[in-house]
Amino acid sequence: MTLLNLVLALPACGFFALLFVPRDKPQAIRGLAIAVALITFIASIGLATSFESGGAGMQFATDVIWIPSPEIHYHVGIDGLSLWLVILSTLLTPICILVSWRSIDKRVKEFFAFLLLLEFGLIGVFISQDLFLFYVFWEVSLVPMYFLIGIWGHERRIYAAVKFFLFTMAGSVLMLAGVIYIYNRAGTFDYAAILKMLAGSKIAFTSGQEMLLFLAFFIAFAIKVPLFPLHTWLPDAHVEAPTAGSVMLASVMLKMGTYGLLRFCVPLFPEAARRCAPWIIVLAIIGIIYGALVAMVQPNMKKLVAYSSVSHLGFVVLGIFSFTQLGLDGAVYQMLNHGISTGALFVLVGYLYERRHSLAITDFGGVATPAPWLSTIFLITTLASIGLPTLNNFVGEYLVLQGAAQANFKWAVFAAIGVILSACYMLWLYQRVFYGDTPEAVTSHVHDLSHREWAAIVPLVAMMVWMGVYTPSFLPPITRANAAILDQSRMNVRFRVSLPPAPLLTAREVSRAR
Amino acid sequence: MPADFFPKSVELLRFLPEIVLTIVGTLLMVLESIGGQRWGRLYGNLSLAGLAGALAAAIWAYGSPGPAFSGMMIADGFGAFFRILVISVGILTVLASYRYLGREGVDTGEYHALILFSIMGQCIMVTANDLIMIFIGLEISSIASYVLAGYLREDKRNNESALKYFLLGSFATAFLLYGIAWIYGLTKSTDLTVIRGVLLSHDATVSPILVAVSAALMLVGLGFKVSGAPFQIWAPDVYQGAPAPVSAFMSAAPKAAAFAVLLRIFMTAFAPIGSGWEPLVWLSALLSMTIGNFAALTQSNVKRLLAYSSIAHAGYVLVAVAARSETGTAAAMFYLAAYALMNVGAFAVVTHLSGKGERFVGVDDFAGLAERQPFTAALLTIFLLSLIGVPLTGGFFGKFYIFKAALESHLVWLTVLGLLNSAVAAYYYLRILVVMYMHEPSEAASAAEPLSTGLKAALVLPALGTFFLGIFPSALLIFAGKSAVLVR
Repeated sequence: MTLLNLVLALPACGFFALLFVPRDKPQAIRGLAIAVALITFIASIGLATSFESGGAGMQFATDVIWIPSPEIHYHVGIDGLSLWLVILSTLLTPICILVSWRSIDKRVKEFFAFLLLLEFGLIGVFISQDLFLFYVFWEVSLVPMYFLIGIWGHERRIYAAVKFFLFTMAGSVLMLAGVIYIYNRAGTFDYAAILKMLAGSKIAFTSGQEMLLFLAFFIAFAIKVPLFPLHTWLPDAHVEAPTAGSVMLASVMLKMGTYGLLRFCVPLFPEAARRCAPWIIVLAIIGIIYGALVAMVQPNMKKLVAYSSVSHLGFVVLGIFSFTQLGLDGAVYQMLNHGISTGALFVLVGYLYERRHSLAITDFGGVATPAPWLSTIFLITTLASIGLPTLNNFVGEYLVLQGAAQANFKWAVFAAIGVILSACYMLWLYQRVFYGDTPEAVTSHVHDLSHREWAAIVPLVAMMVWMGVYTPSFLPPITRANAAILDQSRMNVRFRVSLPPAPLLTAREVSRAR
Repeated sequence: MPADFFPKSVELLRFLPEIVLTIVGTLLMVLESIGGQRWGRLYGNLSLAGLAGALAAAIWAYGSPGPAFSGMMIADGFGAFFRILVISVGILTVLASYRYLGREGVDTGEYHALILFSIMGQCIMVTANDLIMIFIGLEISSIASYVLAGYLREDKRNNESALKYFLLGSFATAFLLYGIAWIYGLTKSTDLTVIRGVLLSHDATVSPILVAVSAALMLVGLGFKVSGAPFQIWAPDVYQGAPAPVSAFMSAAPKAAAFAVLLRIFMTAFAPIGSGWEPLVWLSALLSMTIGNFAALTQSNVKRLLAYSSIAHAGYVLVAVAARSETGTAAAMFYLAAYALMNVGAFAVVTHLSGKGERFVGVDDFAGLAERQPFTAALLTIFLLSLIGVPLTGGFFGKFYIFKAALESHLVWLTVLGLLNSAVAAYYYLRILVVMYMHEPSEAASAAEPLSTGLKAALVLPALGTFFLGIFPSALLIFAGKSAVLVR
């Protein structure tokens, strides 16, 4: 049993173990959940330390037959792209458990069980190397999130949960049709084998077929990202979800979409991707600007952060469809950044909600006086989110813009407007909530961070700084994986050969250039 | 007198399941006249024992395949698969009925006898290789079902249900019979293999138009029995009115048997004119899925909702029929098995929660069930997720195999429309999950008694089966795949 299988199995085991804990012992339930989540996280750190960043292909691979007919494999493995997303999932799960420690007091057992099941599904999505297995995990992750929003959410939780489920389901059934179609042509679900067949022209799609298949996959992923105009489920889901739900949704689940685009859509259907790229990029840029403008006028903090996600994810899509090494690297880095900084924003907004029981910006003001530490942390996160140099988002946004500029300078110009707007809405939010006069309601309710709250937020802040100042810890495996993806899709060799040949060097080059 | 006038002993053994069911069913009626309602529990136990015996006999008969009764019947893998399926549904129904019958004060042997006779008829249907035997089996099964639908004779809804079922059912049977008469007139035979031979020989005296009419007539008759659109009108009223365990039974067993007959007739006798009937099945599949799913969206009565959902599920199976391949047949078989498990399970929960006189069958009556009875709610969740088609459940693999077979047969649009349909379907199943987990407990959820042993078995067994099919589907699929090779 490789370490990777252990990382996948632990949350599932935790889920089943939780089912057998009596429901009148909430403290034991919380303890077990956090223990499982922490062990999973530690195990996943092992993945990073023993990951060979120069190694080609999938590492920690396991390939056994799950269902003999039609042949479906339990085939998992990670490359530089999956590695960090897995660790992002395992990092955020214990944080979510800590955040929900007190705030979830009804049906505690189900809540933590669903959270672990969600972790299981998310890790599975990022490590599956079999199209069918990928689809299975994709759907499995949907169910716990549906319950997390629907049971423990705010007033309009049911509407939001059902909308979330139906949007994703509608997209994913089309993907299922695509998966089956590919199987009928290739005779296998194994992703590497399918790519090999495509490369060797053992199977070939006509351009019409390729376009339809591309769209079948693309729509499923675009809904999840979410790409404008398919984003309407997201503000509802985010606002109504409990804090832990919002964090998992924003930080990890949205990455399922961008991960799918990068891992499957582009390498499988490069021609169609190239043909659609201008349209997709236009949508991404609209998303960047539109998300930022809508965020600016939100009276609700959570909704503001939700729309900012639409804007940030637009950058990721832009990076991917620039088809340049830098753009792809930036997109992946931005996926992680968004996971860390938006996750932290949701955690902090959750803290404010627990104190004041309101999400309306007008109910706050002058919070910096009663809660200076909370304000400081919020400020750091805000600055990270708007892309201040030395904090993480700067790196990702810079790389995306650079990559986009290489492909088409105009794209970078329009996208850069989004960066400016993000500074506007985030700083304005900060000003309204933390500065100014402190109303009586705020002074009496809002207190500073507790130990548990510190424990949940510090890892995220540390990551913001680490990822902002020392990219070589993270970028080399990503660059390597992205180079492989571009190779598979036979794209933009021009831009890549202009950089030093070995991918490892490319990363150094990138950081030196900065 | 022909040499094989008396059946050989091996032929009788091949039909041991039917014989066991008949004997136990008759015995139940005799006992009923002696013991009345005092022996209520005994009847249930006896019919369980009979069904278990029949199940064992059916499994045994799988090991000794071959024709019987001058080739009118055939005990092949296909028949064995469906026999095991309908008998298992019978077992689950009886398990789910114990408490229900006691609650309604109708703990009679008759009920169990009717269930056994109905299953016996279905066993004949699925093993018959001759249109006459198919018809006889269908009638035995149907007449028992008509009575069962109106079993609580004091109840108005039961009466309505039975009468509708009977009138429309007889009408549909007439279509089937008329079709049989036509094809007999054309081919001078009711034997499926012979009919196939005649159709293959391109005999100039056999008018293709008349053959088409006969096939269409039979399709109408069987379309009614499987509740495929546009012959589905009866299903919601009948399922809603009938006693809940009977609805569970009717939505699974007679439907599976009717599909078996449909597959056998159209994949053997009418296979030579496949390209002719495929568009009809294609259309019926699309209509069933669409009408079923969209009508279910607005239902407030769970039984009626499940009835519409069963129409939609018939549509999915019809997609597999339209694929006209052995993979398609195997997919249909797998789906029917998975569907039987999840649907009987869901109806068993309805049976449990409905209370005396079936007062609580609204979607809102499920409110807060998760708080009052987390275990029951969790089981219903499994069935509903399987009905939606979420991975790791049998329903998912059922859909997967069906649409895979359909794509292999190049039914691209039907696949896309079918998959979109299944996304629509998610909405109404989610509604039940929503009220169950996210609303405050209702009167019904609070009043529900703890699960009885029989019901617990009738819920846990299908739930385990659903998971098993969702995680290790290949065992059943291989069985289905082997059995899908029909004798021609």
